Amino acid sequence: MLNNISWRNIWRNKTRSIVLTASVAIGLFGGIFSFAFYNGMAEQTIDNSISTEISNIQIHNPKFADNQEAVYGISEPEKVIAGIRSVNGVKGTASRLLINAMAASANSSSGILVKGVDPDEELIISNIKEKITEGSYFNTGKRYPAVISSKLAEKLKIGVNKKIILTMQNPQGVISGAAFRVAGIFKTDNTNFDEAVMFVLKEDLAEATGFDPAYVNEIAVRLDDPDDTKAVVTELGSKFSSDVSAGKIIIRGWYEINPFLEMVSGMTVQMSVILIIIILCALMFGIVNTMLMSVLERVREIGMLMAIGMNGRKIFVMIMLETIYLSLTGGAAGMLLSIIAISVTGYTGIDLSFLAEGLNSYGYSSYIFPAISPFYFLMTSVFVIITAVLSSVLPARRALKLNPAEAIRQN
Amino acid sequence: MSIIKVTDLTKIYNKTRVPVYALNGVSLEFSEGEFTAIVGPSGCGKTTFLNMVGGLDKPSSGAVEISGTNLASLKPGQLTDFRLHNIGFIFQAYNLIPVLTTKENVEFILELQGVPAGEREKKILPLLESVGLSDKLNNRPNELSGGQQQRVAVARALASSPKFILADEPTANLDSKSADSLLDIMLKMNEELKVTFIFSTHDSRVMKKARRIITFEDGKVAGEEIR
Repeated sequence: MLNNISWRNIWRNKTRSIVLTASVAIGLFGGIFSFAFYNGMAEQTIDNSISTEISNIQIHNPKFADNQEAVYGISEPEKVIAGIRSVNGVKGTASRLLINAMAASANSSSGILVKGVDPDEELIISNIKEKITEGSYFNTGKRYPAVISSKLAEKLKIGVNKKIILTMQNPQGVISGAAFRVAGIFKTDNTNFDEAVMFVLKEDLAEATGFDPAYVNEIAVRLDDPDDTKAVVTELGSKFSSDVSAGKIIIRGWYEINPFLEMVSGMTVQMSVILIIIILCALMFGIVNTMLMSVLERVREIGMLMAIGMNGRKIFVMIMLETIYLSLTGGAAGMLLSIIAISVTGYTGIDLSFLAEGLNSYGYSSYIFPAISPFYFLMTSVFVIITAVLSSVLPARRALKLNPAEAIRQN
Repeated sequence: MSIIKVTDLTKIYNKTRVPVYALNGVSLEFSEGEFTAIVGPSGCGKTTFLNMVGGLDKPSSGAVEISGTNLASLKPGQLTDFRLHNIGFIFQAYNLIPVLTTKENVEFILELQGVPAGEREKKILPLLESVGLSDKLNNRPNELSGGQQQRVAVARALASSPKFILADEPTANLDSKSADSLLDIMLKMNEELKVTFIFSTHDSRVMKKARRIITFEDGKVAGEEIR
């Protein structure tokens, strides 16, 4: 019955309760929606980075991982690839030849990382084909096709079918050059990646530089479920433990290859938790104020309850329950509002194209799809309950200090 | 047999400045089954006396013993529990829980006592029937007249099976018809259930029906009449 009394008590002054629940609802909506926005932004950045740039896992020669010199290749890559493909959850692998080069056109030049790839393997690993805005994905029928970004094309002032000269070191350290022809132009959400990378066929790059056609210095691994990355890295670590301990290969997940992404994800969660705590702390003052008013308006009634034998613990619980119900009602409304807003904007997206240049320079997409995990709602509910319990302490203590004989006489 | 023994009860307000003696050395005894009215002018100490006997306030000196238990020896929590199981209260302003229905208001005290739900039901319905409110079970206090609300208060006080009931000006806010009806109900309960009633009152109708009248004046017992 204490539950009934508490629930009904909060609706005795409907206007006041509605104002308070609305403030809790709007405050929580603000916190939850901001989290969903930044979380969606972070998830998209990570997802884009995995899909377009680094895959879930990469395997290198440890020396290559240190200084990106093409001569540090992976020994027996076929054996490593076969081993990787036998692991559950692996969607595909791609072997690559990466060489730092100077790309030049008739007008300009730029330092660049050339990725020699097998286009068929890349289709499973990367979505770069989907990012082609002009030309085609290596399907020109012409010799030495290259896929470059619009940013690089702009920098070198070239377009599709135009020549691009790459100057690189061969395995002996001698500078050699080769002419490639632009087959396609892509554009991703990451300006830095676009500026720094171009794609050519692995066999063309090997031929142009004198590397063995089977030579590989990067194996990229894509998983069915990105959440399995840490588990698969661990599994591959044990599978290739002898190669790893012998310093032949290093196996790294995306979070180790690009710790910034891990930081973005972690920071988004931490900032959002801090934001929610700040919002709830601010709301706490309103809740305490409302509950104090509610107690002071009911001095005689509380005195009567004490007189007839309701002990202090039950009075405390009654006021605490009222505070929890009031806060949870607002919390539930705020969460419902958030679910609706996140569902709608998660489907339609939020267009920030007017900020595209700035966002893309940090690797963020300019079209944000807010996203949130159900766990966040659970966590917020727990925070709301904690806030309510803390908010109830002062009003409840005030009630317990009442002298029943005096309280009953109050009007 | 005496169930309440009050010895040299004194209550002084404003002790540090000009002391006001709300009660000044009152000694009285009440036996089981009494129907007693405490009368006297405003400020004579009637309500203060009931508050002391009901354990709602502490005396400055003197003692209140209920069935051998000195209320001063009880800690606050024990005193609340003692009130719950031994004393029924009826207040001038009814003081029902406004968010509960008639039935729930009576049931609430039984729930506080830890009476199981099945037993509560068995006890409440006959009680509400005996005070003439069996057709108002689901009405909230604001849907009842003053007289009806006070009858709910009587049922609530009786529900806890107390040793005695303290009623502070129970008819003060009622019209004469409602007051008569309420007094008849309380007299019937007193006679049938042998519940002790102690009233403070100004109401001549209550005085007429009381079997013992104690007159207070300036915080002291000024007279006593047994009929």
